[in-house]
Amino acid sequence: MSEPSEPRFPGGLPQVAQHMTTSVPQAAALGLKLVAVGEASGTMEVPWREDLVGDPDTGVIAGGVVTSLLDHTCGLAISAAAKGQMFGTATLDLRIDYMRPAAPRAGVTAEAHCYKLTRSVAFVRAQAWDADPADPIATVQAAFMMSPRSA
Amino acid sequence: MSEADHAKLEAFLQRAPYVRFLGMRAELAGDEMTAILPFSPHLVGNTTIPALHGGVIGGFLEMTALAQLWVTQGSGKLAKTIDVTIEYLRPGRAMTTYARADLRKVGRRVANVHVEAWQEARSHPVAALRGHFLLASD
Repeated sequence: MSEPSEPRFPGGLPQVAQHMTTSVPQAAALGLKLVAVGEASGTMEVPWREDLVGDPDTGVIAGGVVTSLLDHTCGLAISAAAKGQMFGTATLDLRIDYMRPAAPRAGVTAEAHCYKLTRSVAFVRAQAWDADPADPIATVQAAFMMSPRSA
Repeated sequence: MSEADHAKLEAFLQRAPYVRFLGMRAELAGDEMTAILPFSPHLVGNTTIPALHGGVIGGFLEMTALAQLWVTQGSGKLAKTIDVTIEYLRPGRAMTTYARADLRKVGRRVANVHVEAWQEARSHPVAALRGHFLLASD
């Protein structure tokens, strides 16, 4: 870990997390909600909405919505691992396995864990579920490039 | 591709609320489908650059694969995504994004699909997707 020389949000991690849900246009458009921030982890939720459905035959939320939620939650976990230090993160790759479809008209929650953070790369695992974390709808493995930037 | 394929593609674009949420369109030229994602402010994930959200690009690529399968299969049922690997090559800038899907293998139950997205030049892709899709059974 580098010394925390880059500018931070004065409010630290809570402010970063707040910023991620309200100030990022895509997150606001999806109605992403912050659930929790941990040591090097984060949890976010997307409530079900009619206009986010991928297949009207089933009423299940679209895979793309879950992709945005997972990508964003991974970013939150990286911020947590970086202790609120302000980084630019660029997704390198994202592998999503879909275990099963979400239940019709169900919102989705995702929890991500940044299990390794180097100077330039963050490695993250995540999973998403509708009702029970032990019965996931999707699991994720992702890598992100890190670049210091000013807030 | 026939008039029927155009009708099938139009049906796909009209039926999914998420397609309308993205503002995704698509065109057929002969047997080539090009998906089109016009820029819209609500798709932004990074306001500093500004750049499209990684999830938006991933969702657009996945919908492109599903659209191509929908038109080719013609079963009237949506394939189910089994897994996708999305590689991000360049920032998706605040401009129109295009994508084309390549059905690498369509078996009886599963299809392997590659999708590539670009903006200004097709030779400079912004992202690529490789995925497996469970085909709708009758």
